[in-house]
Amino acid sequence: MDTRERPLSPHLQVYKPQLTSTLSILHRITGVALSAGTLLLVWWLIAAAMGGGAYTTVQMVVGSWIGQLMLFGWSFALFYHLCNGIRHLFWDIGKGLDLPAAYRSGWIVISSSIVLTLCSWAWGYSSMGVL
Amino acid sequence: MSFRAEIGRVFGLAFSKSSVAHWWVQRLTAVALVPMVLWFVASIAQLAGANIELVREWMSNPVTTVLLILLIVMVFHHAQLGLQVVIEDYVHTEWVKTASITAVKIMATILGLSSLIAVLKIALSG
Repeated sequence: MDTRERPLSPHLQVYKPQLTSTLSILHRITGVALSAGTLLLVWWLIAAAMGGGAYTTVQMVVGSWIGQLMLFGWSFALFYHLCNGIRHLFWDIGKGLDLPAAYRSGWIVISSSIVLTLCSWAWGYSSMGVL
Repeated sequence: MSFRAEIGRVFGLAFSKSSVAHWWVQRLTAVALVPMVLWFVASIAQLAGANIELVREWMSNPVTTVLLILLIVMVFHHAQLGLQVVIEDYVHTEWVKTASITAVKIMATILGLSSLIAVLKIALSG
């Protein structure tokens, strides 16, 4: 019987992480996280409709340091999923599929999600008059 | 089992109307969400620290109301489709898979409807 090592599909425990595979799984992770994050959106909208104490509670939670930290993570997940989603849409029409292009677009996705996250927070804090 | 029956079954699974529609709707909602998410984040950044009156006034603006309604529908539909793919990839017990996908659909519907009602309540009470 042939006992040579045959190629197997990636065995995640021993698979060397690469930019492409890491960004791919990150797309899923951020997608699932954002789905869970919709709870915050729903809570905010309902509280705004109810008014009074309900809205004050949301403001208090979101304004706390842990709330701000979570919102920061949520905003990065949103921008990452948005940018990498655009990358996926280009792949869907057959553009940028070769390896150098995939790496280039990968780095563009990382840097633009960081820049967009920081810009939106700078904008938010300047609206509050903090910056 | 004859080859004919087998190939028919395979094609039936891979190219059924629903999986093609699923793929397309996921992309269409993705494209639509690009400008809408940017608009939403910009609005939230603008509204940071605003009191409830200002937030309600923003939501009552007819343009905002329509955009928010579209955003809510797209977000929850896109999330449901995405979570379904994740479940299909990782859950292999048939009944758990079906139950999880159904649960996600129910949750997305409940959360989406609640959001829509909240927005409409604010917009119509304005």
